[in-house]
Amino acid sequence: MRYAETGYNLEIDLSRGNVERLETDPRLTELYLGGLGTNTKILWDRVPPETEPFSSDNQLIFSTGLLVATPAPGANRTIVTTYSPQTLLMGYSMMGGFWAPELKHAGYDKLIFRGKSPNLIYVWINNDKVEIRDASHLRGKGAVETSELIRQELNEPGAQVAAIGLAGENKVYMASIEQGRSSASRLGIGAVMGDKGIKAIAVRGTRDINIARPSEFINLCNDVLQYIKIRAPKLVPEVMPILAGLGSPQEMAHYDEKWHTENFMWGNARVRRKDFWNKEIEKKWKETLETVRTRLISCYNCPMKCGAIISVPGISTYMMKCFSKLTYTMAAFVEDLDFGFKIAQRATEYGVDGFSTPQVMAFAFELKEAGILTDADFAGCPSDNEGKFYWLLDRIVRREGIGDVLANGTYWAAQQIGKGAEEYAHNNIKKHEQLPLKLGMLNPIYYLMYCTGEKANITQIEGNFPQAPFSTMELKEEFVKDWVQVPDEKFKKYVLDWEMRGERSMPFYPPVDACCEIVEWQEMMHHIDDAVGVCAGLSSFPLKPPYHIHNYPQIISSATGIDMDESGLKQVYKRNRTLLRAVNVRRGLRREDEKPPEDHWKKRFPELEKKLLDTYYQYKGWDLQGIPTKKTLHELALDYVAEDLEQRGIIKNEQSEEEN
Amino acid sequence: MSKVKKKIKVIKIDLDKCNGCRACEVICSSFHAKPKYSSNNPARSRIRLIREPLRDVYLPVYAGEYTKAECMGRDKYVIDGKEYNECDFCRASCPSRDVFKEPDSGLPLKCDMCEDDPPQEKPLCVQWCLNDALTYEEREEEVEEEVKQEDVEIGLESMINQYGLQKVMDTIARISISKKE
Repeated sequence: MRYAETGYNLEIDLSRGNVERLETDPRLTELYLGGLGTNTKILWDRVPPETEPFSSDNQLIFSTGLLVATPAPGANRTIVTTYSPQTLLMGYSMMGGFWAPELKHAGYDKLIFRGKSPNLIYVWINNDKVEIRDASHLRGKGAVETSELIRQELNEPGAQVAAIGLAGENKVYMASIEQGRSSASRLGIGAVMGDKGIKAIAVRGTRDINIARPSEFINLCNDVLQYIKIRAPKLVPEVMPILAGLGSPQEMAHYDEKWHTENFMWGNARVRRKDFWNKEIEKKWKETLETVRTRLISCYNCPMKCGAIISVPGISTYMMKCFSKLTYTMAAFVEDLDFGFKIAQRATEYGVDGFSTPQVMAFAFELKEAGILTDADFAGCPSDNEGKFYWLLDRIVRREGIGDVLANGTYWAAQQIGKGAEEYAHNNIKKHEQLPLKLGMLNPIYYLMYCTGEKANITQIEGNFPQAPFSTMELKEEFVKDWVQVPDEKFKKYVLDWEMRGERSMPFYPPVDACCEIVEWQEMMHHIDDAVGVCAGLSSFPLKPPYHIHNYPQIISSATGIDMDESGLKQVYKRNRTLLRAVNVRRGLRREDEKPPEDHWKKRFPELEKKLLDTYYQYKGWDLQGIPTKKTLHELALDYVAEDLEQRGIIKNEQSEEEN
Repeated sequence: MSKVKKKIKVIKIDLDKCNGCRACEVICSSFHAKPKYSSNNPARSRIRLIREPLRDVYLPVYAGEYTKAECMGRDKYVIDGKEYNECDFCRASCPSRDVFKEPDSGLPLKCDMCEDDPPQEKPLCVQWCLNDALTYEEREEEVEEEVKQEDVEIGLESMINQYGLQKVMDTIARISISKKE
């Protein structure tokens, strides 16, 4: 018997209309766990690096995490993996919600698509019964609307539906996959889903998921819940309220947006408004939030309330989480939060990424002001800030006129527009739009995370280590006192010694080696979460979370029956991290791609930055180009990767002598 | 009639506090698995969250008695501007719905308040509801010891009420004679 996982994947060839249920190799679970780990392995094995994202040879993998649908709190993530049309590297975007547990209860760990459907279809998975159904009547429908229509059509209120909107159908590079309160938004995977002709995937499952050592496992789950009960209300001082507790940023609960509105940039990640927040705005924004927010809601089996049901009078209800209420508002320079909720409703139905899309639009209006785009490009566009954003959003998702160019994101749009437009696509890493954040002093830890993060998205790398030093020794001591999550006691010392000014301050403190260790720890937690499907909001993202490197091994082991201790789990992490790097290296990723937006920090330190990156690569067992060495690959049982990279001339024979 | 003490176990449901996570379903199915906690499957749960996010309907319902026949009423209720089907509130395992039935055998499920040895402090769904949408109360009530009427007696009494004692007696006498013949 297989524990925690079903041991089966569902494979659908859309070109041939073929559906197969295939048993998986339990050895792969031991080596890579599941979720992102095994997705990466599948992509490496099956999809050659020459494959274009929009080609029938590209595969689109929807995976549950290894612990999903067990009683482990917060284990509900869907990890979607494919080659990204925007970065051209491996794109992995994730979502919480209720879809992954349903897929697992239907009897599958992963759903893997290859080929392309000639017509728009949706897939209906009801335990053993799998149907590819016509979706022509759903063409052009909103993502939320589609889910409702499918549930009604199937007469199955318990079905969970993941769907794309117009943006995905039109292969917009910012297209998301929407699923109730959650979405897999980043890196254009909704566009790949649209390219394959899949409008939606509906799932209903009523099968058992088995646990290897039940009483041991349930006790650990109870410990996690008990810890959440104590930790969640106990906010860490000096940390902004949305990040001081647990969960993903508590944007739906809090109305105090002083921090975001005054520290994040408005427009095309350009303008800082240091005295934006005042009593009047606070009162108005609070009223707006309280009017539209009907209920705070969670994902499957999680006590947190990171999302909300949003009902703006006059438009249809949708669900929201995190930061999207502000991204459109700030990009458009609108001071009325009502606008944020209204345009986000339309954007959610269209199915677009709430991070990139507002920046793309602000970028376009900057180009217009600079005379690089012309009035002709914007014929018919209203002149008010709200109206012009609605207008452009409509053009982008339909790929009409200038919208067709902008639908490829700021990087590719700038390439196509030329005339110096490249300068305006200033907030990208690996061609992907970043948080609109511009800061003064280089933060060496964040420098490394921004440069080297495979997802090109800071929130998927940062987390367990404080973002800045505490101001007093009392606070530092208070913080480290019950910091059980640290992999090693030395991390407490870094916090105690870290100061806001003077010798032990940024950018030279924490020292380079310590920065590598801190980044390693944070990356490790994200990779474990993404393999087991536990939400980062209960693990890798907040400070002092309930899941950590000391309790994870036993949780995984008692659920799955796999022998697992801390060193074993760290080894799996290293293997997964390195394999993901290898997939991207094989797609052409090199050191020159690993840099933050040039204007991210005002004060830069080229020598220190070089040393940071050199040391980080060395720490990982990679060469100075960021390519894993043969020796490292061998230690991680990835000899097949070394062989492939060698055959392609990416690992040269001399590398091993030079590096090791 | 004599008074007896009866322990009443109550799970209080506060709909406003429900965040829709279905942890109650998870832990219920896990607790009732055999061996205990050996599997998870909300489709076997004895509590169900009737959940329609877009209408803001979040309604936990416990499995009650099994009923052989479906009832005739499927009324709609509007409470606080939200429309509910009568079935949304119903605890019965009945032929018209697939809730509160074992998904493989179809056998009915019923909440047992997590009877356990040693006893649980509270039902597991309450323990796992960190938002206090579900809370547990025990209270003792003095109730009159009921003398349960038999079905026939209930039937006859209502006949007597309607037609009078004499007519019922006459009728029974006539029927009994004809049956004997």
